[in-house]
Amino acid sequence: MMPFRTLPMRGLKAAAVAAAVSLGLLAAPGARAQEHEIKIPDTRYSFDGLFGTYDRGELQRGFQVYKEVCAACHAMHLLSYRNLRDIGLSDAEVRAVAQSYQIQDGPNDNGEMFERPGRPSDRFRRPFPNDAAARAANNGALPPDLSVITKARVGGADYIHALLTGYEETPPPGITIMEGMHYNKYFPGHQIAMPPPLTGEGQVQYGDSTKATPDQMARDVAAFLTWAAEPELETRRTMGVRIILFLVILGGLTYAVKRKIWARAGGDHVS
Amino acid sequence: MASGLHESSFANPVVRWIDQRMPIFTMIQKEYGTFPTPRNFNYFWNFGALAMINLVIMIATGVFLAMNYAAHTSLAFESVERIMRDVNYGWLIRYVHMNGASMFFIVVYIHIWRGLYYGSYKAPRELLWMLGVVIFILMMATAFMGYVLPWGQMSFWGATVITNLFSAIPLVGDSIVTLLWGGFSVDNPTLNRFFSLHYLLPFVIVGVVFLHVAALHITGSNNPLGIDPKGPQDTVPFHPYYTAKDSVGMIVYFIVFAFLVFFVPNYLGHPDNYIPANPLSTPAHIVPEWYFLPFYAILRAVPNKLGGVLMMFGAIAILFVLPWLDRSPVRSMRFRPIAKWLMLLWSANFLVLMWAGGRPAEGTYVLIARLCTAYYFAYFLVILPLLSKVERPLPLPESISRAVLRGGGPLRGAAAAKPMEKA
Repeated sequence: MMPFRTLPMRGLKAAAVAAAVSLGLLAAPGARAQEHEIKIPDTRYSFDGLFGTYDRGELQRGFQVYKEVCAACHAMHLLSYRNLRDIGLSDAEVRAVAQSYQIQDGPNDNGEMFERPGRPSDRFRRPFPNDAAARAANNGALPPDLSVITKARVGGADYIHALLTGYEETPPPGITIMEGMHYNKYFPGHQIAMPPPLTGEGQVQYGDSTKATPDQMARDVAAFLTWAAEPELETRRTMGVRIILFLVILGGLTYAVKRKIWARAGGDHVS
Repeated sequence: MASGLHESSFANPVVRWIDQRMPIFTMIQKEYGTFPTPRNFNYFWNFGALAMINLVIMIATGVFLAMNYAAHTSLAFESVERIMRDVNYGWLIRYVHMNGASMFFIVVYIHIWRGLYYGSYKAPRELLWMLGVVIFILMMATAFMGYVLPWGQMSFWGATVITNLFSAIPLVGDSIVTLLWGGFSVDNPTLNRFFSLHYLLPFVIVGVVFLHVAALHITGSNNPLGIDPKGPQDTVPFHPYYTAKDSVGMIVYFIVFAFLVFFVPNYLGHPDNYIPANPLSTPAHIVPEWYFLPFYAILRAVPNKLGGVLMMFGAIAILFVLPWLDRSPVRSMRFRPIAKWLMLLWSANFLVLMWAGGRPAEGTYVLIARLCTAYYFAYFLVILPLLSKVERPLPLPESISRAVLRGGGPLRGAAAAKPMEKA
């Protein structure tokens, strides 16, 4: 047996220093997020933390909110109807959702574009044919595509929830809101072109017993948008747990091998 | 032995046949098998091997990404998202590549720090050090162009800001920028040439890494004591001793890497890069990737554009002449009582610069960046040359093995090792 005190403590110390240096590096972008002085309230989600997973019921409710409210203006053109199987819809349900949309296709043999019912392989239909049409219908403002919106905003799902519930009818004194704009506590600059989208309870009829309060709808749609941006999240985390556990065990074995090999040279004495 | 054949010591007939005609096995045996290596490396000496592994990972993942990436302004963003969604394990390949860039810089920064602290840049390793600086510059160019490829907002605006720096060069500046862009603004030709160069440069890095390692194998490695090995008692063969020790570091490195990729893959990125590039909308703060922040802070600390550009490039170029700025014959900071602390202060100063680079360029942040920039250069241009003359170093150990046996405890040596061999 090798006495325990021959552990290369200084080596470990050096490794600790290395870790501290890299942590110092890691702290840098974290600091960057604080640039936005507006504090976004933390909403609790099932996918929070390192090991959280999606709540399928919540995702389906969120999809319903998107479909019945947001989709009037916001595209999600990176998603296809077939992706909805991931949130627990059956093949028949996916087909039904797709068929409820008329998708432009073509040109046909006569060189004409035509409309047909959607298929699961179609991308989500865009509400406007192009950005100019979207602006024309929205007082000059362009509703952003929501496919990766939670990855594209500081705060992610928390920000979406805060934004959707952060409207105030009368802005605080001293702030004048331009015509056609709305005051929102959490929007950078506080003036947002989007009118309050979630206006009252029962705006959406949920199929389960969940009460469709504006707060609940905001949470559900934020969860849905998180899934849309990171559909691989659950696979990724499961794989990560396995790989890190494997590496920890392999690391222990490797360290034992290294100690045994160095014993031949009288031990690894880091000077 | 037939004339003209290499005298091979390998018994396996196939290996021997090849080795006689092309002594590649002899070379590997010499350079990675029996290669005499100081016996007292600490874990900081893992980082060269880790950088090599990281380079291989970047090239491997990059090749597969390129199979699915479309280098066109109207397709790039969506092709990346298609990789994330529809390519089998595309999200994994992309997140490994993306976070691999960050890991590469973490590893290389620690590797460079190791060289600075233990004086690995000093004679006879000056050329080895300079080749390392060349690799560092190539890495920065490659990383910058890679960040442009997803064609998000930070890609576009980062490319605009950085390429515009060259316009500060008198007379030819504007022409150089036009050449870089392939037009009169950052646009499709820019994206095309950046993709081409981003694919090319890693192989140039491989070439310079080869030279870096070749130079290393002439001078041999430095070590934490900074004194030369005086005989076989001071060294161990690279294999199995350092292959085993590097493997330990490699697993720890993989754990950190895996944590980034699987649990916080976008932590080191910027949310704005998930917004497709829009030449008509400038982000509130344009910030480069974290690994450029110290140099970005230096750039912004100087009120004059050309001055800022020169200082920023100078901050890296100064490393080339470092072996001639620091004339102290003592390599390791362990034996330099004053330089040691000023070097550690320089390291902290570097981290503060990194922090300042991520803040808006206003008020106190600029002042802090200026003070840190001043110290960054003063350390190289004033402190090290001066200390070379006035500092009195501590007595150096007679040899590595003596230092190891005395400093490491009385019971070390053959006697302690024997029971282990039986086990």
